[in-house]
Amino acid sequence: MSKFTIALAGNPNSGKTTLFNLLTGSEQYVGNWPGVTVERKEGLYKKDKEINIVDLPGIYSLSPYTLEEVVSRDYLIDENPDVIINILDATNLERNLYLTTQLMELGIPVVIALNMMDLVDKTGEKILTNELEDHLKCKVVKISALKKTGIDELIEACEKVKDDKVEPLKIFNESIEKYIEDIKNISTKVDYHNSIRWIAVKLLENDEKIIEKIGLDDSEKNKLNGLLNKFEDEFDDDGEGVITDGRYNFVSNITKHIIKNKRSGLSTSDKIDRIVTNRFLAIPIFAVFMFAIYYISIKIGNDILGEWVNGTLIEEIIQGGAENLLVGWGVSAWLVSLIVNGIIGGVGAVLGFLPVIAVLYFFIAILEDIGYMARIAFILDRIFRKFGLSGKSFIPILIGIGCSVPGIMATRTIESDKDRRMTIVVASFMPCGAKSEIIALFAASVFVGKWWFAPICYFAGIAAVIVSGIILKKTSRFAGEAAPFVMELPSYHMPKLGNVLRVTWQRIKAFIIKAGTIILVATIAIWFLQNISTSGEFAEFSAESHSLLEAIGKFFAPIFKPLGFGNWLAAVSSVVGLIAKEMVVSTYGVVAGVGADLTFESPDMIQFASLAFTTVSAMSFMIFNQLNIPCFAAVGAIRQEMKSGKWTAFALIYQMVFAYTISLMIYQFGSVLILGNDFTIWTGVALVILAVYIFLLFRPDKNKIDKRKLSRSID
Amino acid sequence: MTLDNAEVGKTYSVKKINGSGAIRRRIMDMGITKGVELYIKKVAPLGDPVQITLRGYELTLRKQDAEIIEVEEN
Repeated sequence: MSKFTIALAGNPNSGKTTLFNLLTGSEQYVGNWPGVTVERKEGLYKKDKEINIVDLPGIYSLSPYTLEEVVSRDYLIDENPDVIINILDATNLERNLYLTTQLMELGIPVVIALNMMDLVDKTGEKILTNELEDHLKCKVVKISALKKTGIDELIEACEKVKDDKVEPLKIFNESIEKYIEDIKNISTKVDYHNSIRWIAVKLLENDEKIIEKIGLDDSEKNKLNGLLNKFEDEFDDDGEGVITDGRYNFVSNITKHIIKNKRSGLSTSDKIDRIVTNRFLAIPIFAVFMFAIYYISIKIGNDILGEWVNGTLIEEIIQGGAENLLVGWGVSAWLVSLIVNGIIGGVGAVLGFLPVIAVLYFFIAILEDIGYMARIAFILDRIFRKFGLSGKSFIPILIGIGCSVPGIMATRTIESDKDRRMTIVVASFMPCGAKSEIIALFAASVFVGKWWFAPICYFAGIAAVIVSGIILKKTSRFAGEAAPFVMELPSYHMPKLGNVLRVTWQRIKAFIIKAGTIILVATIAIWFLQNISTSGEFAEFSAESHSLLEAIGKFFAPIFKPLGFGNWLAAVSSVVGLIAKEMVVSTYGVVAGVGADLTFESPDMIQFASLAFTTVSAMSFMIFNQLNIPCFAAVGAIRQEMKSGKWTAFALIYQMVFAYTISLMIYQFGSVLILGNDFTIWTGVALVILAVYIFLLFRPDKNKIDKRKLSRSID
Repeated sequence: MTLDNAEVGKTYSVKKINGSGAIRRRIMDMGITKGVELYIKKVAPLGDPVQITLRGYELTLRKQDAEIIEVEEN
């Protein structure tokens, strides 16, 4: 039983999660990017395990419109924490104090933590904290979560006030306050969990969720509506407008008095932005950053670290060592094969991508920490909006180039449900680490000397995102008003190694868990399918072993015939690709009878691939695997982030149908136009599909009715 | 006039916020309320969204969302 509970509340990007980590010693994700915490997190104060600390999502207000705000306000009213620490970004007091005026109404003691005081001191600005205390009638403690100062005082202050009875301040002018008093008298239900003033103000704003929550009956609702009508006549504005104005007036009046030597002129952030988001330079700079990150990740991650991890560590030391050991123990051949090739080989293949992904995520984390990601959203929003996404969709897609699992998880920072779902559907279209192995095989075989092959796969990924965006945007599922894009551009700051490493680790962890769980189970399952024959006996997998996998492949092969790879070898590896893309090449290698050496670099494999595929069927096979359902682990991530079985099913079916139809067109048009084959019935089918796509892309957008314009014309 | 027609480098005062629901609330919560001064800092390279300075911080919003904000030049 804990002594008491402290809730951390504050604006996004005010340093809440950093403070939470400092207080609890746990590892939570921190980024210089608004909206990183969506669910609340709990931990115990590390110096006193009886103090429970709850980290709420960063919010600008306790309004009912975003998921974060609803999570926070439900927690604050229903769970009644003993104290709220309201953490404020001292460099941005005015907007931060707006939330404070709402928190102070809840009837819970509030302690204010003025964070980032070190940055304020640097500018020579002075904040009169004693006067701030007088204005707000609550304790103010200066802290720096980063430099770890003021933390003990903060907790002491909480202990001091935790049993205080709070008398909320009357911050509005008298005529508004009179209405608030009148609303309190509508019903005893307004006194909900001691938050009477806050509820009354919410009722004045006509907040439907609160009306429902406290359960006003019809006569009480009528009384409220009567008051609200009178109010609107008197103030010529609705409750929301008047209350918001009132709060900001109260706040700006305070900041005028307590901030001395207010800085003027350009801040360092402004100077950086003059170049980085410059009209002409922004896009070239962005492109250079992206290219550099990608190039360095491949260079360091793959060519240096990756070679060693894959070649020396996994193949020679672990696989070789395990094989020697097991053979030495006299373990039977099938078990050696299961452990060495099945389990270690399969999991090793996944972990082989770890170096590239780790380096890539390290750089992405730096960009997030310094504040550049918000600028990317600013620069790219225009483009992304054209196909139904938002500027914030870029990061998940970028992370997806490493691995779709953390990419899909990164969609959490997108507030709008519609934009988030759309991003989840398209995030895995880019070639991830595992898919790049298939690209590498074909680049070395069928497309040897064709420098454009690998880039074309990336462009195909981008095109798939755009085409899907435009098509989906016009469907009824994604219909309705475009989500607003109103975003803070945080000040730049130097990257902090601790934060960067923590973020990198959190994302890599998702990848390692994938390798350790789903891929592990899948590799074992596939090993059995490969090595157990249809008559139920163990037979080392080969093209002639009559394995269960072969039976499955033969069953599915006809489906892939129109795509140009209707033999069971390619069919099997595509089916296996649904489970894990890293197994496409190795499965193909084995079924093709190339032998035990299964990588895309082995000469036999390369030779075989160049015989088995034409340029057209190789492209079709590649694109099919690239656009199709990424892997079981990604399916799990989609399910987790969609929070709905229906939406998960939609995403998966869409990906399958999209991959199939696009590949069909590539193969059919390719074989007629490039290989000069005859026009067949399937060419006709491809033409029909093309016509359907053209229709879906260019049909008028029925949903493009701007509701805001409508409401404006009524005004 | 409305904010989407504002010119870069000029300062405007907010007269009224039109519209309703989430977008109006969001805009007001971010500090765009009656009487506040907005300095139009820049437009994104592709012409949208716009970046404005208000209450000592930087905010970006799409022109489409800015349409509901009525302003007058200072």
